Amino acid sequence: MSFLRPKDNTQPWKGRYAPYDLVKELCIAVGVITLLAVLLTVLLSSPDDKPSTIAQWSHELPADFATTAAKELAGTSDTAEYGPPYNHESGSVQHFLFLHPQRWLGVSHPINTADDYVIKPLETIPNDPALTSALAEYKGATEKQKKEWSEAYAKPLEAYATAVEEKKAPPSTVSVNQSTGAVTVKASGAGPVPVMMTSLQSLAQSGGLEGGLVSSSQFFQTDYTKPLLFMADGGLLAERAEQQHLLGEQWGLMNETGSYPGQPWLWLYALWYQVEPMKSSPNADIQVLLIMGLLSLAFICIPFIPGVNILPRKIPVYKLIWKEHYRSEP
Amino acid sequence: MSVTPTTPPKSWTVKVREKGVEALPPDKLLPDGQPTYVASWIYVFGVASIASLIVIIGSGCILALKGPAWWHETGVGHFFNSIHLWSVELFFFVMVVHLWGKYWMAAWRGGRGRVWVTGAITFLVAVPCALTGYVSQQNFDAQWISTQAKDAMNSVGVGAFFNLTNFGQMYSYHILLLPIAIVLLVSLHVLLVRRNGVVPPIELEEKLTAMRATSPDAQHPPAGAGEVQS
Repeated sequence: MSFLRPKDNTQPWKGRYAPYDLVKELCIAVGVITLLAVLLTVLLSSPDDKPSTIAQWSHELPADFATTAAKELAGTSDTAEYGPPYNHESGSVQHFLFLHPQRWLGVSHPINTADDYVIKPLETIPNDPALTSALAEYKGATEKQKKEWSEAYAKPLEAYATAVEEKKAPPSTVSVNQSTGAVTVKASGAGPVPVMMTSLQSLAQSGGLEGGLVSSSQFFQTDYTKPLLFMADGGLLAERAEQQHLLGEQWGLMNETGSYPGQPWLWLYALWYQVEPMKSSPNADIQVLLIMGLLSLAFICIPFIPGVNILPRKIPVYKLIWKEHYRSEP
Repeated sequence: MSVTPTTPPKSWTVKVREKGVEALPPDKLLPDGQPTYVASWIYVFGVASIASLIVIIGSGCILALKGPAWWHETGVGHFFNSIHLWSVELFFFVMVVHLWGKYWMAAWRGGRGRVWVTGAITFLVAVPCALTGYVSQQNFDAQWISTQAKDAMNSVGVGAFFNLTNFGQMYSYHILLLPIAIVLLVSLHVLLVRRNGVVPPIELEEKLTAMRATSPDAQHPPAGAGEVQS
């Protein structure tokens, strides 16, 4: 407990004193900082790029939206395969040696991508007999059948996405009308899924999907986990982020949109993602956080770390800091 | 039979007052003089950190009074958001310079370890405080930063109770919980500085320690000590 109640070996200063007005100093400092902040505000303002919406996504990148929605239904999207805290899968579960904190803390924000992103929103659409029938058929099917239908629908869309990414000719099984945002998929063996997905696309383009995904049974809602993860599974956010130098390989962790400084205090944290083995590790996040946790602990304990705590005596920067003192009292 | 007069037990209030005044008498809490060695630009960065924090809290209070959507819709709101942003940038800048300065001064000497520790923890708590601000912005930055940073939080299990994609939770952390923690830490830090005094220059401290060890009048001040320059 000596750390909590250390021996107070400070001695009252018996040397000379000079008048020092602490309150005046603070008032002047507040004034100067306020002036600087106002000056920077007038000169540079602050960024405020409008958020992306699901309606915008489904209009601007209709094939990407359809592909993502198909993967959510098939259970093959990043969120569907993520693992805790969203589900019991293992796609994004990280560990370090015997440490499995992500698994230990369990599923705290459950997301069933097929239900939450596709089935439940579709159930809110009234007066559509074809959709009602398709939903009934889908829900009545076995899990194996559902998976076969979903994958049959998702397959041509994934081939389309790959062709677009590799700048090759897209397959004829998918046609996209960029002006209307309509996506037509020729998928044999997809059962009721094409009807469902066409309805979902229409619902998204009308703006009706946004509110349906906010996870709360109450009127007032503040948790955007579901719509954000749905959008992150698609390509719109990443496309915008790349244009704004926000991707991981662009040190995006510490950046923000535009030419603003962002969070430069995260530079050391961002640095570890750029070096091996973290750069290519599937467990990069936990590795970086453990490194930063250790470094943070060391930072707090600097006064007690041998070597580090005597460096200031060895490298006399203090002579520069107190040069007035040393000049007057050599 | 004589009755021994008994002093009534001190109330908790009296005990707290006496302890407080003993630890920090008013002239120590708010002194009007400082040792002559407190003469360097580096000292400015400590008070500049507090000043930046005051501007952050002031601009943050105005933004909080009007609600989280206000600054997206009005020029005045955007102005105060910009003040808030730049005061945060200034806060981190001056705090980093302050920390480096204190490191090269070995400012933990003479039982001042807790001063360093509270300062370092303040810096570390300020980082998530800023992060929760970035993810509470309700714009594209918030969407991107929250969906990317969630993986780091989830990887160590923190995401189970600290959900970066939950605007309501992040907003609460940003405008209430973490600022309270920072203000308490800074208050403790400043009180410890006032209690222990400003750390003396390295060679001077060694000289004084040697004097104390060799002289029976160890507590006697060197020549000229005790004079207050006017």
